[in-house]
Amino acid sequence: MIAIIDYGVGNLFSLTQSLQKIGAESVVTADPQVIGRADKLILPGVGAFGDAAQKLKDSGLDCVIKSEVAKGKPLLGICLGMQLLFERSFEYGEHEGLGLIKGEVLPLSGYVIGLKIPHMGWNSLEFVDSNPIFKGLRQGEYVYFVHSYFAKCGEGLSVTTDYGIKVTAAVRKGNVYGVQFHPEKSGTAGLEILKAFNELQADSL
Amino acid sequence: MLTKRIIPCLDVKNGRVVKGKNFTNLMDVDDPVSLASYYSDCGADELVFYDITASSEGRALFCDVLKNVASNVFIPLTVGGGINNLDDFDRVLKCGADKVSVNSGAISDPTLIEKAAKRYGNQCVVLSMDVKLTDNGYKVFSKGGRIQTDLDAVEWAKFAEKSGAGEIVVNSIDTDGVKQGFDLPMLNAICGVVNIPVVASGGAGSISDFVKLFKNTDVDAGLGASVFHFNQFSIKKLKNELKNNQIEVRL
Repeated sequence: MIAIIDYGVGNLFSLTQSLQKIGAESVVTADPQVIGRADKLILPGVGAFGDAAQKLKDSGLDCVIKSEVAKGKPLLGICLGMQLLFERSFEYGEHEGLGLIKGEVLPLSGYVIGLKIPHMGWNSLEFVDSNPIFKGLRQGEYVYFVHSYFAKCGEGLSVTTDYGIKVTAAVRKGNVYGVQFHPEKSGTAGLEILKAFNELQADSL
Repeated sequence: MLTKRIIPCLDVKNGRVVKGKNFTNLMDVDDPVSLASYYSDCGADELVFYDITASSEGRALFCDVLKNVASNVFIPLTVGGGINNLDDFDRVLKCGADKVSVNSGAISDPTLIEKAAKRYGNQCVVLSMDVKLTDNGYKVFSKGGRIQTDLDAVEWAKFAEKSGAGEIVVNSIDTDGVKQGFDLPMLNAICGVVNIPVVASGGAGSISDFVKLFKNTDVDAGLGASVFHFNQFSIKKLKNELKNNQIEVRL
């Protein structure tokens, strides 16, 4: 059972449907007990970092996530959910993240010159380090991105995409996984990634 | 590299897609899920659904359509038609839309873009505009292109970006339905003033129209309706030809 952590941001319809499509059982929940019983967690998210981080903190879900991750439970952050895994973000001020992975979140506008923002559309993946949730995908596979901020990893960088600079497309540190793009909107490639996450075994942690 | 996007546009009326005629390989061409899956399998990068019904029954059926499509087709879905306030945004987002496109709704309430962007994020808000060249330059038309407004298209695009729109769809009334190619000068005028993605609409008649579009403008995506619905050429063939012309596409 995958617990999709519901902290009041984003539209979870496509995510739940895509998990259903690959035969994964999932539940959208903010209940620490349900999260505790799940064998995997997904942290979704669309919107602004500061607001989302505050909602995690206010609901106490930040501590729940950290304690479940410490037990070795696989966690997948998607889009803003991935950015929240890092130590801090500079989106409209400075905000503290979950700090599960070293690094910070910065505006594309300060680093990408002459390209449109948001970075929106299908871009290709370049694998730079092993990451079991990408097993079976070819180098250069296309996935769908929509974001205006990017993560500068201090560790765990496993997949990049080219948007003027090498943009973090995926990170992994132990049982903590994050993807900047939307697997639930990336056609069959995206479903493969969700499937691989769902099939993670204890020995690949 | 970020690829150029090809987006078929489907009109939905009373829960059914208003169909093209040449889909001999589909069991049910009116069925939105079959058609959406077909386009997705052929390489469509996104889908746009326009609700062309006005009745509340039609709206309810449209939401059912959207839910069905979003449960089976996992590429971005944009929804337009009858979006006039935040409740309309809410209604379609809950059914699986990823982006919502506003047109006349933003003309009658120019604060709608900003309000929606604040609530749902910029990535979610698309401004769609119908534009025609007049003696006073490019002007925005409302109500499906029937009524001329005082809005200057270039200024309107700038305003949309400033208000938080994440993307602009520009439909040229002059080239729409003529199938003689996209309105390149108008698209260049818009692309020159905004730094958000621009989607070109109106005028696609052949593969070379898309090649010219991507070679001569800075637009990010091309929208097509009848060329795809009437199977004039497949999306696969179009994308292969774009690739042959050194235009990055997802194959």
